[in-house]
Amino acid sequence: MIELEGLTKRYGEKVAVNHLTFTVRPGVVTGFLGPNGAGKSTTMRMLLGLDHPTAGDVRIDGRHYEQIRHPLKYIGALLDAKAMHGGRSAFNHLLCLAQSNGIPKSRVAEVLDTVGLTAVARKKAKGFSLGMGQRLGIAGALLGDPQILMFDEPVNGLDPEGIHWIRNLMKGLAAQGRTVFVSSHLMSEMALTADHLVVIGQGRLLADTSMADFIRENSRSYVRLRSPQQERLRDVLGQAGVPAVEAGSGILEVDGARSELIGELAAEHHLVLHELSPQQASLEEAFMQLTAESVEYHAHSDTGPPDTNGWAGGTGTEAVSGGGWGEQWAREQRKRKAGG
Amino acid sequence: MLRTLPAPQNATPQQPQPQPQQAQQAQQQWQSAPQVDTYVSPIPITKTHLGHALTSEWTKLRSVRSTMWTLGVMLALVLGIGTLIGIVAASADLDLDGASAIGLGSFGILLGMLCVMTLGVLTIGSEYGTGMIRTTTTACPSRSRILAAKSIVFFALVFVVTTLAAALVAALQTAMVEGASATGEEWLRGTVGVGLFVATLGLLSLAVGALVRHSAGAITIMIGVVLLPLVLAMFMFSKSMADLQLFLLQYAVPSQLIAFYGDSVAGGTGPTGWEPLWIMIGLTAVALGAAFLTTETRDV
Repeated sequence: MIELEGLTKRYGEKVAVNHLTFTVRPGVVTGFLGPNGAGKSTTMRMLLGLDHPTAGDVRIDGRHYEQIRHPLKYIGALLDAKAMHGGRSAFNHLLCLAQSNGIPKSRVAEVLDTVGLTAVARKKAKGFSLGMGQRLGIAGALLGDPQILMFDEPVNGLDPEGIHWIRNLMKGLAAQGRTVFVSSHLMSEMALTADHLVVIGQGRLLADTSMADFIRENSRSYVRLRSPQQERLRDVLGQAGVPAVEAGSGILEVDGARSELIGELAAEHHLVLHELSPQQASLEEAFMQLTAESVEYHAHSDTGPPDTNGWAGGTGTEAVSGGGWGEQWAREQRKRKAGG
Repeated sequence: MLRTLPAPQNATPQQPQPQPQQAQQAQQQWQSAPQVDTYVSPIPITKTHLGHALTSEWTKLRSVRSTMWTLGVMLALVLGIGTLIGIVAASADLDLDGASAIGLGSFGILLGMLCVMTLGVLTIGSEYGTGMIRTTTTACPSRSRILAAKSIVFFALVFVVTTLAAALVAALQTAMVEGASATGEEWLRGTVGVGLFVATLGLLSLAVGALVRHSAGAITIMIGVVLLPLVLAMFMFSKSMADLQLFLLQYAVPSQLIAFYGDSVAGGTGPTGWEPLWIMIGLTAVALGAAFLTTETRDV
């Protein structure tokens, strides 16, 4: 059990983590989700005692990380794939970690086997691909066979097969009764692995809910309707057993119902429809909506509509207000001309 | 052996993943297994102590090439230059003016010192440079223990290597060059003493590396500390600065090493006997103390 209480980290003026309070429970995979720069890694670093919190507290089963006398057997952490000396072989990297916690040498070969790096155990880590580095990091996390596991963006750089493997690994670890805490910026990835979801944006807690609830609330399909005869339409739909909900500015929404059925109903009763459109809110969209206000780094795009698949212009409010690279310069030129 | 982890049996880098079917089977095993509240590992729990950190740091030091390179070059310099000077001095019938031949060893050590400084900085600096420090600190949350373990392992290694090299060169040179027979204390200072002096200087570099956390920066600082006093002294022509010039000449690190071997560099008022070692230990204690103080409070 990991407990965060009002955890705050400030770098000068900038608040990286802002009063975070939540709990990571054992036996489930807890997804820690947020856009880039939301403070996920900083939170994890404070959890591991690498960074000191400005305020607040984080405890692991009631203790601070520094107070744990056998840390690797208690918590396994993958922070980033490159947190190793490139000149050291995979075997020696794991060996020095094992020795620092009194873990038997035989365990090194075991975890290398688990992550599938046995064949390159004697190769230097700097020759490893991102995916292999990630696997070596995961091997380090598994070294002490700990009850708590923490992975910071573990699928980064892994190929599809590797992603499949890490998903099953995490689910399996949680099923054994371990606490698994995994961060990601990909909602779709979390939907497949996590049982519980903690969402942060700009260091603030945005959601702390079970995955099932999040999906139920956010991934709904519905039909959107606009009609000048709204009241009658509602009655007709109500009688047909498909209640419509007023969604503001003359829009009605009907949950789950097929658009064909509604169209036929409207035709039968000679109702005019201005809009009849089936809608599907994806989890990714729901997540972007949740974090829209707090996306740290906006990409400025001046071509086409905002890209709904990435972060670029996800808010649709500020980033797309026109102007490219030369806009600032052009504006100044105009100002100069007007002045002179 | 942990049966529950999905271990691919004959994994190769080309296909390091378990087959999907295997993984699914493994998962079914997990799901059918009775749900336990918290996981208990079969690996016995041992409380960690400094001994664990020492073995870990020893593995780290011996498993990187920079250790081999720096100590290899140092040995080559000390032994090579020592032998060369021995040959030259013997063929030139050098008059040692009543001194023993042990003092000739100082030239090789002087250059070898630079290698030790580099290794000292790299021992801790490379951890920060590569990001390894985050993994290290996660495995051992007590930063003081990490620093202590690094210091002890590094000091011991450099002390042994330098002492052996110095002893070998001293034996060679006293055999080759005619001079006064060295006293017991001269032998002690020329071998164990030099080993301690050089290892302490290396420890100072390690402390500077821990404070600066940047290998290139720390090495530059250390080279400055060793060479700058001599260079500065060379340009102090003015009479008013004569005292300062003399001080710099006598107390610069190379001068102290030469003084340690028994020859005073500029007049007889400089450090003599074991004094250079005490000065070096004092300096290192201050730097290492600062490193210990700051390491606990700084973020990694």
